[in-house]
Amino acid sequence: MDIRKPFVSLLRGIISQFRHLLLNLMPSLLAIFGFFLLCGIVVHARGQNALEFYSIIFSSGFSSVDEFGYVLFNATPLVFTGLAVAIGYKSGLFNIGCEGQLYVAAFATAWIGMHLNLPALLLVPLCIAAAMVAGAVWGAVPGYLKARYGAHEVINTIMMNFIAFALMNYLVTSIYQEPGQMIPQTRQIYETARIPRLASFVPDLPDNHPLNLPDSNPLNVSFLIACGCVVLCYIFLMHTRWGYELRLVGNARDVASYGGINPRVVTVWVMALSGAVAGLAGVAEVMGYRYRYFDSFSPNWGFTGIAVALLGRNNPFGILAGAVLFGLLNKVALDIDILLGIPRGLFFAGQGLLIVWLVCVEGISRKKNDS
Amino acid sequence: MILNLIPTTLRMATPLGFAALGGIYSERAGVINLALEGMMLIGAFGYVVGTQVSGSVWFGLLVGIGFGVGLALLHAIATVTFHAEQVVTGIGINILALGITEYLLPMSKQVGGLPHWELPFIGSYSFIVYLLPVLMIVSHLFLFKTPWGLRLRAAGESTEALAALSLSRTKWQYFGILLSGLLAGVGGCFLASEVHYFTKGMTAGRGYLALAAVIFGNWRPLSGVSACFLFGFATALELANRWNIPVQLLNSLPYILTMVVLIGFVGTSRPPAGLGKIKS
Repeated sequence: MDIRKPFVSLLRGIISQFRHLLLNLMPSLLAIFGFFLLCGIVVHARGQNALEFYSIIFSSGFSSVDEFGYVLFNATPLVFTGLAVAIGYKSGLFNIGCEGQLYVAAFATAWIGMHLNLPALLLVPLCIAAAMVAGAVWGAVPGYLKARYGAHEVINTIMMNFIAFALMNYLVTSIYQEPGQMIPQTRQIYETARIPRLASFVPDLPDNHPLNLPDSNPLNVSFLIACGCVVLCYIFLMHTRWGYELRLVGNARDVASYGGINPRVVTVWVMALSGAVAGLAGVAEVMGYRYRYFDSFSPNWGFTGIAVALLGRNNPFGILAGAVLFGLLNKVALDIDILLGIPRGLFFAGQGLLIVWLVCVEGISRKKNDS
Repeated sequence: MILNLIPTTLRMATPLGFAALGGIYSERAGVINLALEGMMLIGAFGYVVGTQVSGSVWFGLLVGIGFGVGLALLHAIATVTFHAEQVVTGIGINILALGITEYLLPMSKQVGGLPHWELPFIGSYSFIVYLLPVLMIVSHLFLFKTPWGLRLRAAGESTEALAALSLSRTKWQYFGILLSGLLAGVGGCFLASEVHYFTKGMTAGRGYLALAAVIFGNWRPLSGVSACFLFGFATALELANRWNIPVQLLNSLPYILTMVVLIGFVGTSRPPAGLGKIKS
């Protein structure tokens, strides 16, 4: 017996795994590459220096821990919304309602945080739970309407978005507005409801040290919660019975039915779970950053989550990477606007194209599989 | 009292009505069109840019329509030819339109408006306002009384029906989507022509509201456009608010109503059977 045989087969296995991964990642990598190339061409066409543009992108994101902290800070809510979209998508459901869900969740968090004066050990979990419940309810309604009445979840989540915007706007301008202020925001939550910044855990370094994370950096523990969520989501989707049911309903509804799974029940809890995860983006905002509810705070995190999920191919770790990329883009967009005078719209336009390209690739590969 | 609300209602309903008609053509052909929002936005943008460049509002209208159709072409290529997920494509296109217009025109100059026609008893409105009821009836006749309308609807009802007649489903879907780009583009032009300038994101969710009207009206031109008038009236009430009703409630009324209709409590709303179905 050839002693090398198991090693060779192991090596072959690794290579084929790697090839598979690379093939899977190819459209996303191409999309990112194309995106930056296109931006460079546009900058060049404006008569500006494309190389300077690229160097600003790099230094804006990676020149110091402080800068990179901002990237991760921007990425945090996108991890949650990306995961939320992916959870729905794996089960064949489109959650376009993350935007509304995270608003409702943020308000619920803020409400608990400013009304209950409890020790942090109680208040923090309570606030997070409030956000998840609120998001879950806002997501479960379209889920229930789909399961019970067959009403399309896309339309209902969009409708629920607008209802959430209106309801939250009403609450924050008419009932809970901070007294004596014209700004549409609530008063601050209690100190004990706040999530600490990461800067408070690391030693102070000199200001200009590249490894220094100054106290002004808003990166906070909610990013670690996001990372934990990524791992949990992966385990949940791939290694639990519920995750299996969820994916089976998404891939083969009839098989699921024959297997004794009720797709309607799954539809409801998947939308609730998706809404709960989207709601955590509200936690990052209220407990980790602003310490209050501020009207229309989200710059379309819910919709960017769709792009993030697409880019990460609905894989939780891919989503983490996608969220960091979009976190970088959001930060760079500001710097480019200030330093080169290029309007932020360029990045949004590129983001839109990226989404269209990625769905087209997905569509083509699905067509190939069908035939 | 109610009479005072009519002008605002008409002005609010017209852009919605055009976009809704567009949505009906696309969805009747079986393609979900969330991109109405982006098509309207780029239509408004095209109108302002075209008018600024040439000095003629007619050229502006043409450019606005052209841009709307261009964006629709992208939607059609992605969804019909490349079988991309229609919902996600639509959202991508909306983000694209938002970005491009913000990038190219952060601030617009004042431009002229489309000509107003004075009619006895009715008043003076942009001619687009009068065009809406005409198009509504024409669309109804086209969809339900002509063989072409039948084919367009067949494209939306089943993936095989047209193939059985050796007709191309693809062709009719392209037709439906491009027509929706044209109509949403007109809606956007009207929007910009009434306020005489362009601001970023000026459609402010009107495309989604138009889509709600499509569903509210059970994918039919007459009831769809009527829904737009109802929604326009809700907005007019909101603007003329004198009864201390929270504006936000009036604001979200169309969305709540649409959900109720979708559930089937009030009448029934049935989408085309092949809506969103990709496989050919």
